[in-house]
Amino acid sequence: MARHIVARTSEIPPGGNKVVDVAGRDIVVFHVNGEFFALLNRCPHEGAPLEKAACVARLTSPEPGVYERSRVGEMLRCPWHGWEFDMRNGQSWFDPKRFKIRSYPVAVERGDELQKGPYVAETFPVHVEDSYVIVEV
Amino acid sequence: MSEVIDRPLRDDEKPAASRLRIVDCDVHPSLRSTDDLNEFLPKRWQQHLREYGSHLRTPYLFTTPYPRSSPLIARRDAWPPTGGVPGSDLAFMQKQHLDPLDVEFGILQVLDLFIFSQQNLEFGAAIQRAINDWQLAFWSHRDPRLKASILVGQDGVDLAIAEIDRCAKTGEYIQINVSPRANEPLGRRRYWPIYERAQELDLPLGIHVGGYGGHAPTGGGWPSYYVEEHQSNAHTIAAQLASLVIEGVPERFPKLKIVFIEGGFGWIPSAVWRMDQHFERFRSEVPHLKRKPSEYVREHFWFTTQPIDEPDEARHLRSLIEWVGIDRLLFSSDYPHWDFDDPRFAFKTPLTEAERRKIFSTNARAVYKF
Repeated sequence: MARHIVARTSEIPPGGNKVVDVAGRDIVVFHVNGEFFALLNRCPHEGAPLEKAACVARLTSPEPGVYERSRVGEMLRCPWHGWEFDMRNGQSWFDPKRFKIRSYPVAVERGDELQKGPYVAETFPVHVEDSYVIVEV
Repeated sequence: MSEVIDRPLRDDEKPAASRLRIVDCDVHPSLRSTDDLNEFLPKRWQQHLREYGSHLRTPYLFTTPYPRSSPLIARRDAWPPTGGVPGSDLAFMQKQHLDPLDVEFGILQVLDLFIFSQQNLEFGAAIQRAINDWQLAFWSHRDPRLKASILVGQDGVDLAIAEIDRCAKTGEYIQINVSPRANEPLGRRRYWPIYERAQELDLPLGIHVGGYGGHAPTGGGWPSYYVEEHQSNAHTIAAQLASLVIEGVPERFPKLKIVFIEGGFGWIPSAVWRMDQHFERFRSEVPHLKRKPSEYVREHFWFTTQPIDEPDEARHLRSLIEWVGIDRLLFSSDYPHWDFDDPRFAFKTPLTEAERRKIFSTNARAVYKF
């Protein structure tokens, strides 16, 4: 898998996302609680753009009248039919065996730690001290 | 059997490598603001709208809907970048929906102001008239793909007839829309003058789910949850189908065409089986019916596809479609609402090219005469 520098960390605010075209694929990178997640920008159900998804908490109820919120902001709620997916691995919440969004490994690295090469030399020559989001596709 | 399924394809409908353009029977335009209606609404009713607003048959405060699943029940990606609410910006609707999905015709279904359910019938009629004019001025005249419907509230029958006649004269409207939740079941005689006029004018009757009839939305009472209430769209339409058929509307108006919109179609087989079975047993109660209920259903009624049922096994959806009838189904997207169906992915079962052509285009073209 090739590594692609897709953004500066500062470009994607907490709770926000950025859509990037990597090797012809429409990929959306989310920033949640200091972590970054990259997923194919398409719901497996009817193809809705996940960049418009709501980032919600997982809401569970161990018994009637008791509600627990966890993993705040880490669940994706599709902008059309409300299907929920785990942002970490793309698995659907209600039927994890059958439905899944394609997800990609993400890393955050400091510019001055990145391998010297065309990205740093050509694209970000004066910002090598910044941190960058890297998606593996 | 129906005239539609037996109708031979015209030359211009044959596959012959022509692309399949979509007829979308359920597109929701919205007012940017009620001020949009001012040019169509007498000052007297503008003032009423400002000072009193709607008077509906809802029994409790705040039983009107939003948000339901998402703000304004809309797709989260359907908010126009120019501001305003989903469905209120024609340019954005063209860019997001009509152009990319290759919509040849889109039938407008207005839900704003709950206009079917206004208890003040004069106010309701004024709003209906304004909305009917607004559909042309803001939508159909700006994009000829978009087709307007004559919206009338059937509880003021004389007002409804006057409005139908006023609009029909223009030749610009393609159906007459009435409420699925009137004061009484839709088969009752008090509503027959509307059906009679629809037949005379050869305009289909469109019945879009939703609205407030003052009755609990389910036969079991008021539900606690939206997900529970959402089921009631199908129940309501099933009840209205039974009412229309059994009270004799298609028997009395043999050329009337009725389109149920946004009720789905998965419930139809069992509802119709049951009607037929009971008809055989209790025929003496309803001697005005000359034929089995299923025969009336197959000749007079059409059903839009959204929200489409998604059984675990594709063959079950296939069986449903075959039973209801390829010729009975009209594609609809429900744009821009949250339960929108994308025509490219909504049918999770194989369809032949000829079947796709019927469901996505030619059935609607036959019903609405495009």
